[in-house]
This record gives sequence, structure tokens and C-alpha cells, in this order.
Amino acid sequence: MAEIKKLETARLMKKVMADHFYEIDAACKSGEPKVAWCTSVGPAELLRAMGFVVYFPENHAAILGASRAANDCIPAANAIGYSPEICSYLTADIGAYLKGFTPLSKIYDGIESIPKPDVLVYNTNQCRDVKDWFEWYGREWKVPCYGIESFVNVGEVTKDHVDSIAGQMKQLAKKITEATGNKLDEDKLKETVRLSRRCSDLWRDVLEMAANIPSPLTFFDGTIHMGPAVVMRGTQVAVDYYETLLKELQTWVDQGIAAVEGERHRIYWEGMPIWGKLRENAKLFLDLKTCVVASTYCNSWIFSAFDPDDPWNSMARAYTELFIVRDDDYKEDYYKRMLEIFKFDGIIFHDAKTCPNNSNCRYGLPQRFSKETGIPFITIDGDLNDLRCYSEEQAITKIEAFIEQLDG
Amino acid sequence: MVNGRVMDCFAGIDIGSTTAKAILVDGDSRIVGRSVQRSGYDFAAAADRVITEALESAGRKRSDIKRVVSTGYGRRNVEFADEQRTEILCHAKGVNFYFPEPVTVVDIGGQDNKVIHLGADGERLGFTMNRKCAAGTGAFIEEIAYRLDLPLEKLNEMAENAAGEVKIGSFCTVFSCTEILGMARRGVPVDDIIKGVFRSVVKRVAEMDALDGKVVMTGGVVDHNPIVARMLRELLEHEVEVPPDPQAIGALGAALIAREL
Repeated sequence: MAEIKKLETARLMKKVMADHFYEIDAACKSGEPKVAWCTSVGPAELLRAMGFVVYFPENHAAILGASRAANDCIPAANAIGYSPEICSYLTADIGAYLKGFTPLSKIYDGIESIPKPDVLVYNTNQCRDVKDWFEWYGREWKVPCYGIESFVNVGEVTKDHVDSIAGQMKQLAKKITEATGNKLDEDKLKETVRLSRRCSDLWRDVLEMAANIPSPLTFFDGTIHMGPAVVMRGTQVAVDYYETLLKELQTWVDQGIAAVEGERHRIYWEGMPIWGKLRENAKLFLDLKTCVVASTYCNSWIFSAFDPDDPWNSMARAYTELFIVRDDDYKEDYYKRMLEIFKFDGIIFHDAKTCPNNSNCRYGLPQRFSKETGIPFITIDGDLNDLRCYSEEQAITKIEAFIEQLDG
Repeated sequence: MVNGRVMDCFAGIDIGSTTAKAILVDGDSRIVGRSVQRSGYDFAAAADRVITEALESAGRKRSDIKRVVSTGYGRRNVEFADEQRTEILCHAKGVNFYFPEPVTVVDIGGQDNKVIHLGADGERLGFTMNRKCAAGTGAFIEEIAYRLDLPLEKLNEMAENAAGEVKIGSFCTVFSCTEILGMARRGVPVDDIIKGVFRSVVKRVAEMDALDGKVVMTGGVVDHNPIVARMLRELLEHEVEVPPDPQAIGALGAALIAREL
């Protein structure tokens, strides 16, 4: 049986992530700098430029999922009225808080709890659940909670969209200053946006390494290595990390090292990872000699619109250009572009029970894309964090049968 | 050779969630042995039981088996299998044996349903399995029979004899049971209820995927309840075929694959 190959840079990531959590913990304990919670796709740049250290509860929820602690926590949130049908990041994270538990304490010596924020800032570009999630903590801790109300089903991103979001962000900055005293440093904003853009470009280059045949990278590797792009975007640390990772991947490509030995098929993964089954799924595809080369999920932290010379409008554009905000025509076209780059043989849609916004198989999109391109697809039922919604045996059978189908 | 007869054979073992099936074919793809039994909780033991019975029915012994392919949820538990294949591939292979043409296979199993689109040469063009829900599967029918304390083998006859038919509105097996128990309480004839249960199964299956062209039904549910094929025919308004021994079609496919390997 083949073993999952590990990139050396993974060790560096452990340090980067540890530094991130210890920095926030120290800030929380000393009261300086102030702590802001932020949704994973923004507006972290704004908060960094206002002098906050930034904590991302989605990252915490994913750690709950990956460490299989989520299912111990979700029922506690269900019991106070947060349905099992809604975002299992939300229910896992709030449930963990209610139980006084965080996996961070197990991983990092000296961290006793998640950091209490001075302000909570969300962006509904992903879903409404993040707003409910942050507002719950706002009520619990009596901490101000503000957000950006984004557009949905966006076709072409227009000036009106950009003006609205940029305007909301400027108002948001004022409210945050009033509530916390932290002021915006416009030069720091430009620098943060510059670093975020650099991080984003490097992350895109990393992911596009998988366009090589064989690919040196799988989707499952990507879900791990995307950590710094999520939590350290806008810092030099993230830029340095991806420069190192990119160099190592280039070495693998030069030496013809494949992430999946004997790569026979190339698959595109659409939708959320199943965090609690990451390793098992990585192994399943490895044994099938099939590389899951690319995913919309990992691509979600590519923000090519960031422009340090026009930070407000470019942030507004970047947060609105996001795949999850777009209409189905855009999404279908996006898959076609990914097909051009990654040359995959099939596409797997993960229908995540508690994440409708990241489950793009509910309105006929797979069928339309398949008809247009001839690329076959399957849908697997599961969830990002709630393994009660996942039938592993059925998923394995579907995936194995799909690969048999690709074998012809 | 026994009396000038070549005894070599190839085995397909399909360990489903409810029943275990074994089919033996000879070198000319003729079916020479068969067994269908309950899977129980020990899949390895079930595999042993069905292969033993199939060999007995074929008048052959273990050493006559040249190759074994296992399939179904318990495929990994068949310790004596040379290869494993998914039930999607094996059903496709089994159906193509009887229908060598483009068809849509509808398999209603004990715990899951499958729709498989096959091309002219039996190649799989795509497939769908039921979502993580028992509605429309054999498990749904078993649950209803259990709740109403009815023998499974009588259900088809009851539905055929029904003067009327109830409409079951719920998706969910548990909600359907509640709905049905309410009907029973109101004195609705049980035959009408069972006919409605079968209609519900057919509707759930038809919702899974586009059932274009010739449809071939397989699986234990249609084997024991031919009314299901008739109902699907009525719903689709085109031909629905059922191959011989539809419950063992996956095992047949596995045996045919074993022969070709």
C-alpha cells in the first residue's frame, strides 16, 4: 500500500501556525494589541491595518473537524437551538465553547482557551451563518459585532457592487474605531494589501503546480498548506512560507516526483473537504492511483484583485469576485477554466449537508457542466464537520465505482 | 474433467447489506451454480455459505473455481476473492449480459438504490446512488412490513389484490411509518396501504435520475415484488424489462468479470 508523501515545508507550517496562535494568545492575555475575530475571506486586511491581531474561528472549526472533536461538540449547540441542519462549523465551534473545550489547548502548551475578542467582524460573502455565529459570541461576551453585507448570485462584478462594499468597509472602519479606539493606518493598509496580493499570487502558483503531470500536490495537501493563506494573509510570514513551499514543489516537479505514485486519473473536487476524513480520503485516492489535483475550496484564497494602489476598491472587488458569491453561469465557466489548467478526467461534487452555499450540485450545475464538456461527475453526500451526515461506505463505493468508470 | 465435462468455473460473490449472492459460470459464461441467502452480521461466513451452496447446486468442488470476484458492501470481507469490484460495475456487467444495448439500469437493493446508464457495449456512462436515506429502498419496505406485522413474501400479492391505493406523502421512512400507522388506525385496508408503499418506492427511484431509453430493473425488491416493475412502466410510459434472477445480477456480473480476468 502506498504511503502519503509529505512535503518538508509542512514542518515550517507547524511553526507558522504555532506562532500565529501564540501571538493571539499573548495579545489576549496582555490586552495588547487588541484582538479581532474575522471571517476567513475578509476583511482581515482592514483589521491588520487597524492594529489588531486577527483570529479566524473558521480555522478553529476546521481544526475541530480534522481532530474529530466536532461531533462531541455539535450536540451542545443543537441543544440551545442551533439546528443540526445549519453550518456545522458554527455548531461545532459554539458547542466547543459551551463545553469549555478547544483543541488548541491540546496542540499548544499554555493556551487554555480561544481568545476573547475586542471586536467581531464578519463578511456574509460566504453565507449568513457566519453572521449568526459571530453575533452569538457578541451577545455572550458583550463585544461589538459588525459586518459587511455582501451580494449573492453575482454575475459580472460591477462598479455598483464595488462602491457598495467599499462604502460598507469605510463605515465599518469608523465603527470599529469608535468601539475600540484602534485607528486605521492608510499606509499600513496599502502594505497589508500588497502582502496579501503577494501571498495570493504565490498561493495560486502553488496550486497550479498541480497542473503538472504527474502532479506534485493533491487537494488534500492543499487543505493543509492553505493554513497560512487563511490566517496569516497580509503578513510577510505568509509570503515567506509560500516562497519556500513553491521552491520545494518546483524541485519535486523537476525530479518528476508525483504526489500519487503511478497517477492514472486526475480529479477536480468541488465543495468543502470532509475534515474528519481527510487522511482516509487522501489514502483512498492514493490507493486508486488517482490524484485530486484541484478544488474550488483551496482556490478560494486566491484574491487576484488586490491592488495596494487602490486598497478599498480592490478589497471590495476581491471579496465580491469570490466563487461562492457568483452565479451559476460564472461557476460553470470557472470549471471550464480549471479544466483547461488542470486537465482533469472527472469531477466530484461534495454535497455538504450543512453547507448549501458550498454545495454546487443542487441546481443542475454538474449535469450542465458534464453535458457541455463530456467530463463525468459524481456527487457524494457528506459534510464538512458533522460526520453523522456522512456514509463512508457509500462514499467509498461511489468513488471506487467512479474510478472504475474512468478506467473504461 | 468429470465424465468428459470440464468442471472449471468462475465465481461472483455479491455480499449485499441484506442478502448474499453467489453465481458460478463456466468457461462459456453459462450459469452453472447459484445461491442466495441472508447476509447476517458475519459477511465472511455469509460468503462461505453461499459459495458452498452454489458449488453444491453446480455439482462442483472448491478446487474447480478458477477465479473469484467479490462485490457489494461486504466485498472486502470475502477472504477467498481474487479481486474486488464495485456493485456498480458488476450490475452493469450482469445487465449487459442479457441486454447488450444502451440501457438504464435501476437497481433497488436492501439499503441503496442505483441508476446506471450503459452504452451499447455495456460501458458505464454515469451512475447515481440514493442519498443517505433509506426511502425507496428494500429497507423501507422491510420497515413497513415490520411495523404492520406482515410477512414480506405476502406484500406483492396484497398489492396486486388491492381495490384502492393510498398516497404516501412523506420522504422519510420514519415519517412514512407514522403516516401509515395513522391510516391503519383509521381503518384503511392494508392491501391499499401496501400498494401505496410500492408506489412510493417507484416514485423515489424515478426522482434519482433521468430514466431514459430502455430501463432494466434489478435487485431483490423487484425479484420478490414484480408489481414494482409494472408501476415503473406505468410511471415512465415506456418499456421496463427485468432480467432472469434479478436479485443475483451483481453476482452474475462479478462471475463474468472473473471469467474475463
